[in-house]
Amino acid sequence: MTLRSILAENLSCIRGGRLVFRDLGFRVEAGQALSLEGPNGAGKSSLLRMMAGFLSPASGAILLTSDGAEISDGEERGNFIGWLGHHDAAKPQLTPRETLRFFAELYGASADLDLALEEVGLSRARDLPCQYLSAGQKKRLSLARLKLCNRPLWLLDEPLAALDSAGKSLAAQFIQSHCASGGIAIVATHEALGIQAARLALA
Amino acid sequence: MASIFEFANPKRFMNLSGTVLPWLAAASALTIIVGLYLGFTAPPDYQQGDTVRIMFIHVPAAWVAMMCYGLMAIASLLGLVNRHPLADVAAKSAAPLGALFTALALITGSLWGKPMWGAYWVWDARLTSFLLLLFLYLGYIALWNAIEDETRAARAAAILALVGVVNLPIIEFSVDWWNTLHQGESIIRSGGPLISAVFLWPLGLMAVGYTTLFFTLWMIRIRTEIINRRARALQLGIA
Amino acid sequence: MNPFSAILLRDMRLATRAGGSAALALAFFAAVATLVPLGVGSDLHLLSRIAGGVLWIAAVLAALLSLDRLFQSDFEDGSLDLIALSPLSLESMSFAKITAHWLTTGLPLTLLSPLLGVLFGLPPAGYAPLMLSLAIGTPAVSAIGAIGAALTLSIRRGGLILPFIVLPLLAPAVIFGSGAVLGALDGLSNGAFWLLGAFSLVTVLLAPFAAAAAVRLNLAG
Repeated sequence: MTLRSILAENLSCIRGGRLVFRDLGFRVEAGQALSLEGPNGAGKSSLLRMMAGFLSPASGAILLTSDGAEISDGEERGNFIGWLGHHDAAKPQLTPRETLRFFAELYGASADLDLALEEVGLSRARDLPCQYLSAGQKKRLSLARLKLCNRPLWLLDEPLAALDSAGKSLAAQFIQSHCASGGIAIVATHEALGIQAARLALA
Repeated sequence: MASIFEFANPKRFMNLSGTVLPWLAAASALTIIVGLYLGFTAPPDYQQGDTVRIMFIHVPAAWVAMMCYGLMAIASLLGLVNRHPLADVAAKSAAPLGALFTALALITGSLWGKPMWGAYWVWDARLTSFLLLLFLYLGYIALWNAIEDETRAARAAAILALVGVVNLPIIEFSVDWWNTLHQGESIIRSGGPLISAVFLWPLGLMAVGYTTLFFTLWMIRIRTEIINRRARALQLGIA
Repeated sequence: MNPFSAILLRDMRLATRAGGSAALALAFFAAVATLVPLGVGSDLHLLSRIAGGVLWIAAVLAALLSLDRLFQSDFEDGSLDLIALSPLSLESMSFAKITAHWLTTGLPLTLLSPLLGVLFGLPPAGYAPLMLSLAIGTPAVSAIGAIGAALTLSIRRGGLILPFIVLPLLAPAVIFGSGAVLGALDGLSNGAFWLLGAFSLVTVLLAPFAAAAAVRLNLAG
């Protein structure tokens, strides 16, 4: 599935009876990154959840163009999305390797798990239950999963949180190479990503 | 699309219900008064004596209790499919009334049971079904109250109501089956088909009276909920 | 391996690992059943009459105990978002989770039940019906419980509400299940197994749709 672009028009979001944002619009082409910026509560996470199809917009539309086909349905859009959320989906009882294998099977991804773990610096911890992992190590596991699942549209919520400086540059490098190979990354972040990205400010 | 903007102003419903409400309330009061009068002046039953009069307040309560669950399920379906907030409000407002009428049916049923069976509670099939129905209503209300986000609470409760309405006939059937297994007897039920004409009039009037009473109360609750939500929306400054 | 068995095996692994719900459910089942004679007395004649009913109730409670985590831990740690974006539909996911729950609670409870039957002085004629009724009926408990678990997903203290909304819906399973045991003891063929089987089949087929709808609305976050 090659992705051409994603277009958002006149998006409004209401959460718990509160208007979070309104009339938001942007367009991201394949190979580009967009960083979402704004204070807490500006709706960065809500916007990401909207793009993932979890949350329906109060108004407006999101349009995905892939090989000439236009996709507006939220559930269908899900098949394009690589997701990295606030939480790391690491079960305390399972090891990083088991976690990664589970998601590889779930997403039908065939990749070398050990290589993926090595790439994010988790080779030594790969057979240790995740409850012993630090927050930064869990985030690294999330990055490994994101890459492994091999989806064209990355939606990332604070991917740099909890990471050390080496981890941060690793994340930046992941995003950069994803975009270089024709993917799209939309990143909600408080910190500078350290890569070239368009910026969208949410008030 | 369900949004607060649309919700803040369901004018048509408010206008319509405002006109209908007084008439409905009057009809309810009239039929209940006449029904009660006829009920108390009817001759005592040759078997059950004066206790048969409990039937006039018990049977319509039971009927409304069941009808209410059906209406709640219909409103829930409309809320889920059409995403119409008015349907959500209607379903939400019906539940406490349903619980109330179910409780009334249970209380009057056990008061009827005391002279008939010599005990306030007998595991009669009808009473047991209504006890389970009461729990279904209370569970529905509890779920509504536990979920903070209003739209999400409405959807979750709607799914529960639909699961409940599919399950209710099965519960009813299983309780009947259980009752025959344990050789119970049902007196309340035998009051139904063998009813004599003297009782038919008051019973029919009371049924109409209870039904219109239910719709009156339901409408008042829906209106109150809409007004509350509108007030909240105004306070939040998004109306 | 396909996505369906990935969920199934992962959930089973989580339930059976140290601190998992499977062992706890079994222990709870045994503990509740042990408490009953302490409450009603040790008269074996009485106990043998109520064995079917008591063990059925204990099984339902034990299964419910482990249900509130069915979707909730996946919801809290973000797994559910990732599962929702996978090629697997939420309906299939719910079905996989119901199956995993049954394999790690309903099935072990069924296998343990004869042992508790001994403690209740259940006559020999009652063992096979007891096990058969639990084997047929507990899938319905997992299925209806999954609906409740999905509905109460976002509630912080959902564990308290879950049994409340689920128990009335489970009345038919308890009625037919214990009725089947009692019928067998009295040498009656009352059709309870068929009714129980029909109830179980219908709920297992329909529950994944209701559960998936409930999960979907909770994903809004």
